[in-house]
Amino acid sequence: MDLNYSATELAFQSEVRSFLADNLPNHIASAVRNGDGLTKAMMDEWHRVLNKKGWLATTWPKEFGGPGWTPVQKHIFEEENCRAYAPRVVPFGVNMLGPVLHKFGTKEQQDTILPRILSGEDWWCQGYSEPGAGSDLASLKTQAERVGDHYVINGQKTWTTLGQHANKIFCLVRTSTEGKPQQGISFVLVDLDTPGIEIRPIRLIEGGHEVNEVFFTDVQVPVANLVGEENKGWTIAKYLLSHERTGIAGVGFSMQTLEEVKTIAAKIKRGTKRLIDDPLFAARLAEVEIDLEAMKITNLRMLFRAQERGAPGPETSILKIKGTVINQELRDLARRALGPLAAPFPGHLGEGNILFGPPDTAFNAARYFNNRKTSIFGGSNEIQRNILTKTILEL
Amino acid sequence: MMDFNLTEDRRMLSDTLTRYLAEQYQIEHRNSVAYESPFHDPSKWTEMAELGIFSALANEADGGFGGAGPDIAVVFEALGNALNCEPALPLLMSSRLLSAARQDQATLLEGTAHYAVAIAEPDAPYDLLDITATANDDHRLSGRKTSVYGGNIADYFLVAAKAGDCLNLYQVQAADAEVIPYGLIDGGGAAEVLFDNTKAKLLIKNAQSALEDALDAGIIALCSEAVGMMDVTYQITVNYLKQRKQFGRPIGSFQVLQHRAVDMLTEIEQSRSITIKAASELKGPNASRYASMAKNMIGRSARLIAEEAIQMHGGIAMTWEYAISHYAKRLIMIDHQLGDTDFHLNRVIGMLNTA
Repeated sequence: MDLNYSATELAFQSEVRSFLADNLPNHIASAVRNGDGLTKAMMDEWHRVLNKKGWLATTWPKEFGGPGWTPVQKHIFEEENCRAYAPRVVPFGVNMLGPVLHKFGTKEQQDTILPRILSGEDWWCQGYSEPGAGSDLASLKTQAERVGDHYVINGQKTWTTLGQHANKIFCLVRTSTEGKPQQGISFVLVDLDTPGIEIRPIRLIEGGHEVNEVFFTDVQVPVANLVGEENKGWTIAKYLLSHERTGIAGVGFSMQTLEEVKTIAAKIKRGTKRLIDDPLFAARLAEVEIDLEAMKITNLRMLFRAQERGAPGPETSILKIKGTVINQELRDLARRALGPLAAPFPGHLGEGNILFGPPDTAFNAARYFNNRKTSIFGGSNEIQRNILTKTILEL
Repeated sequence: MMDFNLTEDRRMLSDTLTRYLAEQYQIEHRNSVAYESPFHDPSKWTEMAELGIFSALANEADGGFGGAGPDIAVVFEALGNALNCEPALPLLMSSRLLSAARQDQATLLEGTAHYAVAIAEPDAPYDLLDITATANDDHRLSGRKTSVYGGNIADYFLVAAKAGDCLNLYQVQAADAEVIPYGLIDGGGAAEVLFDNTKAKLLIKNAQSALEDALDAGIIALCSEAVGMMDVTYQITVNYLKQRKQFGRPIGSFQVLQHRAVDMLTEIEQSRSITIKAASELKGPNASRYASMAKNMIGRSARLIAEEAIQMHGGIAMTWEYAISHYAKRLIMIDHQLGDTDFHLNRVIGMLNTA
């Protein structure tokens, strides 16, 4: 057993580190650090920087232009990105649709769509969840009726993340009501400027706009936009869910947040004492740090196992459950540490609550509230427990 | 004889306020005023004063008809039920302080003059002993007060400041101080208030016990408000469990969610009990100890109720449009007011041997 990176991996790590030092724009890193939201322009800019270097599509096989990294290299890359406060790559085109097209797309779909994902010409979003189909995704009702060489789509999608920036959406739609619900689902690609589509913003708990509802009324989509076979969309959906699970534990984000909490707790004073010297607060912080140290290794063990087997197993659900809980605990501590200084409504003063607290603490309460989503989306922690119950406990 | 029923007067007070809020101040209206300056509804404030709600927070000698712990609890539980954002907390705490200072408070209880209490400071968020704002021999104040609830609309500030080793209470006209108003993430308004050789009137010399009483009363108000909010949050969640169907059945038929909802219920019952106890001890020799116990428990239970309500709902409770998100914000942020879970746990620890 050896917990250290190899010499090659260490060399790779320092290569990534110096790339980030030279190429990550300050204004982007500080927006990530402060949590006050990235603009579309910032996301586009970072996308272009990574693409120019060939490090955008890290999950793509070499033949499609990926860097051909091992899972450990991908892990190092993510870790270094978090350390430098680089933004997360917007995943819908690069890390979701890309791999789906590699496996299920036609040659023509691959040739036309993949380059536009890399260049950033197309911004994809995801049309999966519906108001009545959340945890029970297979019960989705958005209907695609075949009429000649078109599908006519009617229905509603929801929780469409960053749909306000997108020009394309990939959707799970119902093409058949026969058999089990999973058997009548298809995966189709839709241009968002097709007549009959309306996108409405959903305002979240802390006031931000990152998700949307998408309404489809008699939307005509060429049959050529079907990916894979008709009624086999569920296979694609499952492939997508199991495909890319490195990073699911959010270890890098939790390491960022841990540092942030320590910084705040060393600056915040209760009387003449620093908060970090309060034994009750210190105990809370130390407990989460212990959990996070264990999670780093759990994450690496599962990564290692995936590397040996060639695919991640169902035990990665453990990473989702515990990883999100650790990060939520840290977000709780960051908010708690600020005391009354966390309370101002972000944005009311233009600079969030920066005026009232130490630097880099703006938006901490807002981030705590927003972050409650992580144990809900991408398969809620309850659904992850169901997966573990079925696959590992075999109950 | 032991009796956990409300007295007739308090039941009428509760019914009157509850009915008024249900008819005149529903959540949609609340949300339309809570997040925009002045972060409350001045005309509703006047109506509530006319209903006598604020007079119930003061005793007869001060022109009210209540002022005991259970009166405070009844009013704030009803306000919490409706997630009301009117600045009733600063009114209550000001009333306690003006009473201790033997000052007339008719305009306060009539709702025509706004008072706000300036105790907390950036480095002294919760503990009176940490206060550093100073008063000189001419009663001029210097220092910065933070999170002054209702400070955005105040006509007067009641300010805790030190003259030498003595912690005194002063009154300052709002126009004489520098006031930076803002809204709160959970609705309602506050202000940072800066004093720089600002003229003030000495109200109470050596105000430690008056300030502790105002804080104890404020804590009972916050705990009661939280109990009211937890009740509603729990009810909405259980109704959702009954109505929301996934996998062809109501999600409330899944045992794991049933048990978690029962845990919510248990914590709410416990929270209600400790709040009743704290309210009954107000003004007594152990008032601060029980107030701290209540605030510590509420800090823990409010977080559990808020987080579980969101999690058991799923995405819908993460939206601005759904009432639970606003209840959850207030439930969480109540821990940032008048001492958090750890602050009050420390106080209870400190009193373990003296009880």
